[in-house]
Amino acid sequence: MSNLLKLIQESRASVLQNWMEGIRDLSRRRGLIDERELEAQSGDVLSAIADVPADTNLSNIDLPAWQTLKELLGTLSAARAVQGFSPSETALFVLSLKQPLFELARKHWGNKANELFSEITLTNDFIDKLALYTTDSYIHGRDQVISRQQEEMLELSTPVVTLWDGIVALPLIGTLDSSRTQVVMESLLQAIVQTNSRVAIIDITGVPTVDTLVAQHLLKTITAARLMGAECILSGIRPQIAQTIVHLGINLEDVTTKAKLSDAFRLALERSGRAVVRVSKANTSAHAAKEL
Amino acid sequence: MDRIPILRMGNFLLVTIQVDMHDRLALTLQDDLTNRISEVGARGVLIDISSLEIVDSFIGRTLANIASMARVLDAQTVVVGMQPAVAITLVELGMSLPGIRTALNVESGMEYLQETAEAGMEIGVYGGDSTED
Amino acid sequence: MAATVLKTETIHIKSSSDVVTARQQVRTLAIELKFSLVDQTKIVTAASELARNTLDHGGGGEMDVAVVENGIRRGLRLTFRDHGPGIADIKQALSDGFTTGGGMGLGLGGSKRLMNEFDIHSQPGAGTTITAVRWK
Ligand SMILES: Nc1ncnc2c1ncn2[C@@H]1O[C@H](COP(=O)(O)OP(=O)(O)OP(=O)(O)O)[C@@H](O)[C@H]1O
Ligand SMILES: [Mg+2]
Repeated sequence: MSNLLKLIQESRASVLQNWMEGIRDLSRRRGLIDERELEAQSGDVLSAIADVPADTNLSNIDLPAWQTLKELLGTLSAARAVQGFSPSETALFVLSLKQPLFELARKHWGNKANELFSEITLTNDFIDKLALYTTDSYIHGRDQVISRQQEEMLELSTPVVTLWDGIVALPLIGTLDSSRTQVVMESLLQAIVQTNSRVAIIDITGVPTVDTLVAQHLLKTITAARLMGAECILSGIRPQIAQTIVHLGINLEDVTTKAKLSDAFRLALERSGRAVVRVSKANTSAHAAKEL
Repeated sequence: MDRIPILRMGNFLLVTIQVDMHDRLALTLQDDLTNRISEVGARGVLIDISSLEIVDSFIGRTLANIASMARVLDAQTVVVGMQPAVAITLVELGMSLPGIRTALNVESGMEYLQETAEAGMEIGVYGGDSTED
Repeated sequence: MAATVLKTETIHIKSSSDVVTARQQVRTLAIELKFSLVDQTKIVTAASELARNTLDHGGGGEMDVAVVENGIRRGLRLTFRDHGPGIADIKQALSDGFTTGGGMGLGLGGSKRLMNEFDIHSQPGAGTTITAVRWK
């Protein structure tokens, strides 16, 4: 299809040189990448273009022959994202290949207007598609990084701890939004099964406010835990939250609540047939839990 | 499979639901269980649903029916092993099965049945040595 | 909703064992789409409710399960069709606790909560079509 492709294959070195001249200032300006690396990258991209069979169609970059090139651009755009390039800078890098290719075409078909026009149009569309592809994969890569980071953050911020054999606690800290509460709900229920815990304490001392949606999520968690055979105790409800809960008309009647985590823990121990006894005045043993 | 097996262990009946039940199979189980409770004078029924991948409104209703019918026949029912994903979904569906006792697994379910059966004995028997076992 | 259909399968719902088949088919595709276990469970449960309604209230019908794509998002779309009596008052049918068949009246409202998109088309005397989508 493309005669230009054949030309590129024949004059790889000079195309690369022209391309390098064009992009040197562009990329070096911010000092994010050194020249040798840039040249190596450009060389790779050019090879991936030139190494396809000479009759490969330029107008369809979804052809299997272009797979290597696309993979390379994908890797490159991810690497550049890490180096701190913006997506448009990376796209510009690809787009700047137009200049040397147009020049190549002009040199060859300079006196044949029709051929020159069709080759340039074809090349132009081809490079545009590649640039677009680069931007797309940049965005895709960044989305993945962001959602992975979000998930990790959510998991980190909802640690379920085992307080005692058969008792887990979930000390919540910070503002609860709907999606975080959802994650909390799942990890708590999972922990109940894994640790075989009959009692779970949800401590919201560190939670400044609660809205309707979050309160409902908490209630659903408590109900789900009950369906699984575990009891939840809610502790650390601040006075403002108590007011909100009542104002919103949320029914916490069936939920066991305690003022402090320690009270909830004491109750949890009682529920599992143990009791907290004061052994002596020594403060070290004041909170020792003993089996009945 | 056209019937779910019911196992007898002393005063208790044990059912493990392992298949994706169609509705008629669930209804058959409900009939079979109520019949067996009265036949053997069972004091407790344990239903293990840890292998169930979903509980929809129909199965939920069947479980609730079994528990109510058992209660009328003086037997306690405990449903054990509901998976977290199933529980979350059931709550979202709008079913919280308020009348049903639950436990994490077969052991704690059995423990519960034994305790309630013993407690029932203490009240029911006049002055005997009922607290043994 | 301009979603592209990547794959679709149809299950006829004529008996309560077809409801089981419908659940299993939906599960297979939900796993294929890599939905989380909780999401799988929600979709399969909704499918079970709607398939049962098709059978019990609609006198039988069929379900299409489709893998759909909307831009970068993929999802599972369930369509239930029957030529039964239809639903006269959709709003009432959706409300929790409303039933004409001695059920708990949770199936319709509940499955709406379990899915992201939910759409009922029904004409008294002509039948009912319910479309529900859950996105990844
Ligand atoms: N496909 C249908 N065709 C005709 N009517 C329907 C259909 N689906 C639902 N309905 C009507 O909507 C009502 C509510 O449905 P919903 O699934 O919420 O409750 P249900 O089936 O009666 O009980 P449950 O699903 O809780 O066992 C039904 O009782 C029925 O009157
Ligand atoms: Mg229904």
